[in-house]
Formats: sequence, C-alpha cells, structure tokens
Amino acid sequence: MTVIRKTDNLGALESEAIHIFREVAGEFDRPVILFSGGKDSTVLLHLAIRAFWPAPVPFPLLHVDTGHNFGEVIEFRDKVVASYGLRLLVAKVQDYIDDGRLAERTDGIRNPLQTTPLLDSITENRFDAVFGGGRRDEERARAKERIFSLRNSFGQWEPRRQRPELWNLYNGRHRPGEHVRVFPLSNWTELDVWNYIARENIELPAIYYAHERNVYLRDGMWLAEGPWGGPRSGESLERRMVRYRTVGDGSCTGAVDSTATDIEQVIAEVAASRLTERGATRADDRMSEAAMEDRKREGYF
Amino acid sequence: MSDLLRLATAGSVDDGKSTLVGRLLYDTKSVLADQLDAVHRASVDRGMAGPDLSLLVDGLRSEREQGITIDVAYRYFATPRRSFVLADTPGHVQYTRNTVTGASTAQLAILLVDARKGLIEQTRRHAAVLALLGVPRLVLAVNKIDLVDYDESTFALIAKEFTAHAVALGYAEADVVTVPVSALVGDNVVERSAHTPWYSGPTLLDHLETVPVDADAHNVPFRFPVQYVIRPRTPEYPDYRGYAGQVAAGSVRPGDEIVVLPAGGRSLVERIDSPDGELAEATSGQSVTLILSHDLDVSRGDLISAADSLPLVTDDFAATLCWLADKELRPNARVLVKHGTKTTPAFVSELISRFDEQSLSSVELPESLRLNEIGQVRVRTAEPLPIDDYTASRRTGAFLVIDAADGTTLAAGLVGAPLPTRDAVSPGP
Repeated sequence: MTVIRKTDNLGALESEAIHIFREVAGEFDRPVILFSGGKDSTVLLHLAIRAFWPAPVPFPLLHVDTGHNFGEVIEFRDKVVASYGLRLLVAKVQDYIDDGRLAERTDGIRNPLQTTPLLDSITENRFDAVFGGGRRDEERARAKERIFSLRNSFGQWEPRRQRPELWNLYNGRHRPGEHVRVFPLSNWTELDVWNYIARENIELPAIYYAHERNVYLRDGMWLAEGPWGGPRSGESLERRMVRYRTVGDGSCTGAVDSTATDIEQVIAEVAASRLTERGATRADDRMSEAAMEDRKREGYF
Repeated sequence: MSDLLRLATAGSVDDGKSTLVGRLLYDTKSVLADQLDAVHRASVDRGMAGPDLSLLVDGLRSEREQGITIDVAYRYFATPRRSFVLADTPGHVQYTRNTVTGASTAQLAILLVDARKGLIEQTRRHAAVLALLGVPRLVLAVNKIDLVDYDESTFALIAKEFTAHAVALGYAEADVVTVPVSALVGDNVVERSAHTPWYSGPTLLDHLETVPVDADAHNVPFRFPVQYVIRPRTPEYPDYRGYAGQVAAGSVRPGDEIVVLPAGGRSLVERIDSPDGELAEATSGQSVTLILSHDLDVSRGDLISAADSLPLVTDDFAATLCWLADKELRPNARVLVKHGTKTTPAFVSELISRFDEQSLSSVELPESLRLNEIGQVRVRTAEPLPIDDYTASRRTGAFLVIDAADGTTLAAGLVGAPLPTRDAVSPGP
C-alpha cells in the first residue's frame, strides 16, 4: 500500500480538477470534453481518466478542426482516442467554408471561425456541459472566467452577469438551450501543466519538443509552411530548430526557437521565458487589447 | 516540492491594491515582457506618465475603459518555496459579493490601508466579512508608508488598532500580521526596505511564503460528500463499487468506522482508492474513491462521516446569508439549497436580523435582504441535510442559495455563524 500525501501544489490542483470532473458527471446529462490533441486538452483528458478510474470516462470528445492541422497532432489525437476506447466527434471548419456557411478571412486565420461549428455541434448533440482546457493565467479576460461558466442559448459569455463562485460549490443550473463551459485547469499555470506532464509521464505530440522545421517569419513569429498560405512573397523559408508552446490553427500558431528536446529542458525553458505562451505564439490574440474577450463573448472556447 | 497557498486581497478605492498586486507579480518575475509591453503601450495610449500596473489586473474592456475593477480576478505567481493563487477582489463595486467570493476559498487575506488615512470604516467591514467567512489568517498591509516619511509611530498605531479589531472578531493575535509597505516604491513587499529599520517583522512575500498552510481547522472529524458512484461493470472490474469524492474535512484511514448520512447506515472503510493505487490515508482536499465493507445504498448527495462525531442531520436550521443578487430576499421565499453534493428545495422561513451597513449594527426582523446585505435567517429544507456549524467546518457548514426559476446564485449561506457584534465592528471609543 502506498502513502501518497498529495498536499503539494500539483496534488492540490489535481484534486481540484478531479472534483470538478466528478461534479459535472453527477449533475449534467450530456457533457463533452473539447480535445484537440494539444497539451492542455491532453492533460484534461488524463485528469478525466483519473477521475473515473477504474471506470471508463463517461463523456465523448469533441474536436473543432480548423483544417489547418499539424499532421503529428492529428495522428496523436487519433492514437489517444483509440488507446482509451473513447468516442471522438469532429466538427470541421472546412465543411462550413465549402458549403458557404463560413467565409475564409482575408488574413487566412481560422481560429475565430471555430465558434460557429462549436456552437452548432453543442446544439445538435444537446451537450449541456463542455469541458475546455482554458487557464486563467493565459490571458486577462480569462483571468475573470469562472470554473463553471454559463453560456446563453447563443453560446455567449456575459462577463458582467457571471455567477459568484463560492467555496467548491459549483452552480451548474441552466435553462433549456443554455449550457455551461467548464474549465478544470482554471487555476493551473503553463509551468504547472508542464510539471504535471513530467510527473505523470504524459505523452504529447512531438512538435512540443525541439525539432527542425521549415519556417518563415511573419509578424515576429515563426510560422510553418503549409496549405494555409505561406510563405507569401517577401517571406522566405528557413530551416530552424523550433518547438511549439501552444498548438492551434497552423495559420496563426507560431513556433519558438528552442533546443529543448525533452521534458526537463522544456520545463527549464518555460521557467526562464520572458514571454507568455499566447504572446509568443498566437497571432489571433495580438489583434487587439480585447481580442480574447471579444471572441469569448461570441461563444469561443 | 512547493505547496499551494490560496489568498485573497481586499481594500478600498485608491489604497493601491492593484499596484500592490502588480508589485508582487513584478518583483516575483511573474509578469512577462510582452505583458509589460502591453501595459506600457496602453498606459501611453491613455496619456499616463508611467506604466499603470493595475492594467495587468483589469482584464475586461469595460474595466479598462472605466479604470475600475469590476470582477474578482485570479492571478498566479510562484517562488521556489510556494505557488500562490490570488483572488483579487475589487473594493468598491459590490464589495460584499466580491469579498465573499474571494474569501470563501482563501487561506489568508491581505487587507490594505493607506498609512495617511489609517483604518477606515470599510477596512473594518472587510475584516468582519473575512472573519465571518472563516479566512484563517489576516495580513494588514499599511501601504504608502513612504508618504508618511516611514514614520514608526503612525504604523504602530494602525497596527495596534487593527490587531485589536481582529482579535475582537475572533482572531488569535498570532494569526494577524501587519507590514509597513509601499507598493509603488516596493518597500517591504518583496525586498526589505532600508527606510524602515524599526520594523523587524517579515516582508509581505516572506510572510506569504512561510505562513503555515492549514487544511481548514484542526481536529475536525472526517466528512466526505459523495459526488459520484464509480461502477465500471467491465470484465476486469465486474463488481467494483466505489464512492468518489473530495475529503471536505478531517482525514480517513482504512478500517475507520463511518456512517452514511442522512440514512444512517454504518460500515467500515475497506480501502481508499486512487489511480496511483491504494492509499494509507486521505486528508482534507484530496480527491479519492472510498470502498466500504458493507453493501449499503449510497448515492450522490450522501455524506460519509466519521462514526464517532456526526454532523447534525436536520431540515430546519439557523444560518447567515450573504445576499449576492439584485432580486431581494423576502420571508418564505422558495429557493434551492446546495450543500455539499446535495441540492434540495428549501424556503427561508424567517428573517431574524440584518447587519446594517450604515450603523454597523443589527436590525431585528427586517422585511428583506438586499444585494450585498448580510443577515441571519432560518432555513427549512425539503430533505434533511447533514450540517456542521460553519465556524467548526467551513466545507460542510457552507451552502449556496439558488433561484429555482432561473438558476442564479442568490446567496452564500453559512450554517450558524452569528453576525459580527457591534463591539467587533464599531471603531470603539
């Protein structure tokens, strides 16, 4: 018999996240976990598996696919889904563009386009609780987000009408058509996520570790060549040693110069970094002071 | 391995709270270059002389436009010794609602006062709310000490007055620390100040790093609200039946005798399961799965309790409500009560008294409770609840009052928890 006294930082965060998963399982009819294969959603899934062990995770997964993917990530996503015998739903931005429900933006960035397929998928499947890997340390608007965040029937976040969140008593009541976004990693920082990945020995897509890749410079970020339209004229490809701090839509997710090829080196690099992960790697958050708040109001993750 | 401290800040307008939080983040190198650049740019855009550190905290468009903090913001910083989750609660807009929210999970609260003004009425009210919510430890940061020329006697007077106030609210002197700081200049926040040689206590960060992190109170009997029944029904685990939950109070070991409430069935803890294997003990805050020795009917909403010290199981109890909604409370209001993992219909049968904001006294038999008011009530529930007094056990003495019609959270409820007395909240002679 083991004696594990999990009163340290990671143990406390893990217990809090597991408690949140179990509350949702106990109070909602149709929860779903947003799963992209990125590090935060992989940690989220790991926690869900631990919350219900030895029973299977009682929710399906949903990936809102922008179509601008990194091959390694999709491969990883499918491998994880198969290995745990989970059910994965995929909502494709490309389908919406193909049949005209959405139009490609002039800048080619597809992250903001995810909102419509996400909301449609929630409505069609009657999901009442949607788990996301969002963290409050990521961005200022997210710092004000509740762990249980009520969305109206248009999926909108209304920051001034949020419910006070007291003790660990979460209020998940909602009316028909409304749903609740749930963020079990709310109180985690980027470094907590990496330390937990190391402690739990969680596998990630290889692009989180340093590798050689053809990249071009745009707006101060290293973007990978790909079907999303780069490099343009005036931008030149270079082969560099890089890794990804976040993994999102290929058109707006930048790589950072890195030599960190294993988890210890990544942790050292994150601890020493002078840039936030979104500031360093997400073009869509640089658009305005309130870019994330505006997207969240519209129903984004 | 570092541990985790959850803390809240409270203060009034213009006492420099956002600057203090900004200072803590900045001096612990928790603010990164791109965030600082953004603050610099925004400060220049707004025509300010220097960077406004409060912009780090105020995240919403309307907050930045109005230059105020509307909502509780959560900030994160870490030192080699400890990680911190800080709930930054605004002082002026709906201060009770925000302070109650921040205080509900805090193990320590930092109150700010302006050294030039000393304790003001709002400081006393904040301290009373923090005491009511059972925040175990208080720190008073006497800010802008540079503006009183680092005067020892000014600090000593404020420190003495505040400590006396906190003791009157029920704090032990050892749990109250006062620190002279200048958030703007950085004195005694992270770096010890050369200007306060007369001060021998810890810097603010020193104190935050070394203050003991208690699991709620000591010697609290074991309490475990059942969240979910884990029944895999897989070939590997055909008969597994485990009760999943987070230890709300106390601790448990295999072999302990327990009672399942409200039904009252007795059993023994056969095993404590976690994905890492069986545990020899589970303590307050840990999420685990309990396997019992007997086949009892246990489901979500039940409470597993130590057999030798049971909570009161009742459908009629006195409580303190912090009213958080625009809609006012009137006697016989029909609501929902969420206690632990149980939600039950209830009604507020009686409004006993209201804590009056203006006179800092209690009004008997009020007609209503309104937004940001605190009052004592009597609650009757459709099903009996296993309750502890809030002062004895925070987790099992707390409940939410929810609007049955639209699901809004109406109030924070504390079982028992008498209101602060006039002696404790009035400035005194």
